[in-house]
Amino acid sequence: MKKAKRIWMGSMLGMAATAVATTGPAWAQGAPVKIGLLATLEGPFAAGGADGMRGAELALAQRGGTVAGRKVEIIKASSNANPDVAVNAVRKLVEQDKVDIMVGPLSGSEGIAVKDYSKTQPNITFINGGSGAQATTLVNPSPNFFRFNTEGAQWMVGLGKAAWDKGYRRVMVIAEDYAFPYSQVQGFMAEYCRLGGKVPLKAWVPLGGKDYASTIARIPKDVDALLVVLGGADAVNFLNQYEAAGGDKPMMGGSITVSQDVLNYRGKRRDSLVGTISAGPLADAYDGAAWKQFVDAYRKAYPVSAGGYPSPSLFALVYYTNMKAALDALDAVKGDLSGGQAKYRDALQKLELRMPTGTVRLDGNRQAIGTTFVTEVVKDSGGNLTTRVLRKVENVEQLLGMPRDQFKIGTRDEPSCP
Amino acid sequence: MSAAHWRRAMNSAAASALARGAGVPARVPASRSRPPVARPVEVDPYADSSAPRWLKFLWRHLGPRHVLLPLLALVFPLVATPFFTFQVAAQALVLGLVALSLTFLAGYGGMVSLAQLTVAGIAGYSVAIFGVSGTAVSLGWPWWVCVPLALAIATVCATLIGWLSVRTEGIYTIMITLAIGVAFYYLVLQNYSVFNGFQGFQKVYPPTVLGIDWRSPLPFYYLCLACSLAGYLVVKWLVRAPFGIALQGIRDNPRRMNALGYNVVAHRVAAYAVAGLIAAVGGVLLVWYNGLISPGSVSTTWLINILVIAVLGGMRHPIGSFVGAVVFVLLQTFAIDLIDRERFNLVIGGVFLAIVLFSPDGLLGLWAWLRSRFGPEQAVTATTSNSRRRT
Repeated sequence: MKKAKRIWMGSMLGMAATAVATTGPAWAQGAPVKIGLLATLEGPFAAGGADGMRGAELALAQRGGTVAGRKVEIIKASSNANPDVAVNAVRKLVEQDKVDIMVGPLSGSEGIAVKDYSKTQPNITFINGGSGAQATTLVNPSPNFFRFNTEGAQWMVGLGKAAWDKGYRRVMVIAEDYAFPYSQVQGFMAEYCRLGGKVPLKAWVPLGGKDYASTIARIPKDVDALLVVLGGADAVNFLNQYEAAGGDKPMMGGSITVSQDVLNYRGKRRDSLVGTISAGPLADAYDGAAWKQFVDAYRKAYPVSAGGYPSPSLFALVYYTNMKAALDALDAVKGDLSGGQAKYRDALQKLELRMPTGTVRLDGNRQAIGTTFVTEVVKDSGGNLTTRVLRKVENVEQLLGMPRDQFKIGTRDEPSCP
Repeated sequence: MSAAHWRRAMNSAAASALARGAGVPARVPASRSRPPVARPVEVDPYADSSAPRWLKFLWRHLGPRHVLLPLLALVFPLVATPFFTFQVAAQALVLGLVALSLTFLAGYGGMVSLAQLTVAGIAGYSVAIFGVSGTAVSLGWPWWVCVPLALAIATVCATLIGWLSVRTEGIYTIMITLAIGVAFYYLVLQNYSVFNGFQGFQKVYPPTVLGIDWRSPLPFYYLCLACSLAGYLVVKWLVRAPFGIALQGIRDNPRRMNALGYNVVAHRVAAYAVAGLIAAVGGVLLVWYNGLISPGSVSTTWLINILVIAVLGGMRHPIGSFVGAVVFVLLQTFAIDLIDRERFNLVIGGVFLAIVLFSPDGLLGLWAWLRSRFGPEQAVTATTSNSRRRT
């Protein structure tokens, strides 16, 4: 009796497990196109990830949720800027939720890990979200991984010259210790060192670090300015502590340092942020008509009261860019994803993407060639900090104008001009 | 195996030794052999049959679940999708194996170590550093060198961690192992020459051996299943062996065991070494599962997650760690489908809280409660067959 009951319960459990396992996959290729969307909704880039999601959703909303008569369904997933978590999330989207196209992830080493994973899924097209590591498209590029946003080094082109013009001759670098800031620093130094500038000291701090006291203590007296390449919460932490330590060096920012996260900073040093130069793929105050239209659409869809920023952040723009590319190419092939998505990929490769900031094309490694803005922080009439465009640099390529054999990917020590 | 078990075992051993000594006094001095080994003697209902010993052992100890569960585990990947086989089942087995080492340490040794994932991470990093990866730092040695080496390094490290922390008790053990875990995290985060810093190692895949690509879901699942089963059986066997019995005695009353002549520190350090080896196997599988290892893989989040898995399943039985791992992985993977995408961690936390709140003994405790509630005949037989069957 007892044994019979046990066997019965055991087999019920077994059947239940089997049922769960088999019902998951099977629904056939129906009408809607499924797009997986991955951003960091946890961890150090949680705020940026949420805004990235807004940007991607905006791109779809502008098409009314359909492309070439096919409904587009977005399935979201979250990571925390760790590559293993990102790959797990992508694997779930691709293998369990059966998405046709994958958009994401957000941060640099996640991008490299997802690119490696994309090679095992040749029938799915992967489009980057916000990640900006150089190696993603330079080292062992994957034939089905596309990146329509320019990356970290490209975003800093023009800043070296702007710093030189401002009279900065010696600059200390304070940056987070991973691939994306390496590339940002390289983008700056490639130009700055060529002009004759010196970078005597680079301080690499851990991502998500809370304590910058030791870094602040190391700042030499004889540098003219600091190049701060920290993201989101880290940048605000640094600002607080530098303020408390009585720091007074002028600052330059990386592309994600002087984002809306930081411009919304409420500390006493807020006013000293005015005059900070930085470079990036967007500028709040850029007066192109397409950009103004984009900002209006963003504000209308995500007013500040609903959690949006006063102006779309960098992550909103890059996710918008990549999602728009995914949808535009889908439109170009009339929603035809057959034949291992060959036609679709061809369309992606040939796409001339009309973006709010300018036209984006792809190079041979499926990496974007696009526009960079050099900007300066100013205060607008409403008392909000915003940025002003100093210069617009067009057609910035991934190799920063160097020949391929001389180009080395940025690391802690590369480039160097002490 | 509970304290009551241990006491009974000791009592029956003493009684049988006494009986032997009184019954045949002439034989002991004549043979001059070793004194009788203290071993629990149980009445064997199948003693009179002529079947071999191992068969009788199996017959006594096997229930239907011992057959059904492995059978289910064997058949599962044949009916499930590769996604379920790889991401849910294999990941649960790997995490369960690491949690098993904690269950062994905490459940049977009374030492809650948060550094078990660190030990697993040391093994994973060793495989990545000595073996083949997509990073230039790796030495590229063949797998049959670097896997045993990784296991050895991790076991030695676990022994050292144990040696450092066994002199502490309770919350201090947790503190010191947490400190070791965090220290290792920052070491790998900031060291570039050996651990490659924030980037860690990409493309650390299992090798192709015997013509089988162990990276593909089915072989990898069976590899994990074999390792997990081996780990489970080792723990089951060990806790009934003299070493395990002594360890449980030390857990319940170290001073008395010391007075009885047992070396408390040595037993505890040995327990750390065994747990370290189990965690190391899990660590090698974990790095192969992820295909990469970076400081994020050994961060405090993961140290805590292993504890969560062990507590979730329940520490009264080694199977608890695997039960906990399955629930944990299912939640991690599918909670995001249940609720608003930005709030899914609330579900995960809520379920963990509910389980711990309503059943301090984890899911196994819940299961035992259900059985006692809905299986009336269990209560009647509980004192005889059931108590022996449960370990």
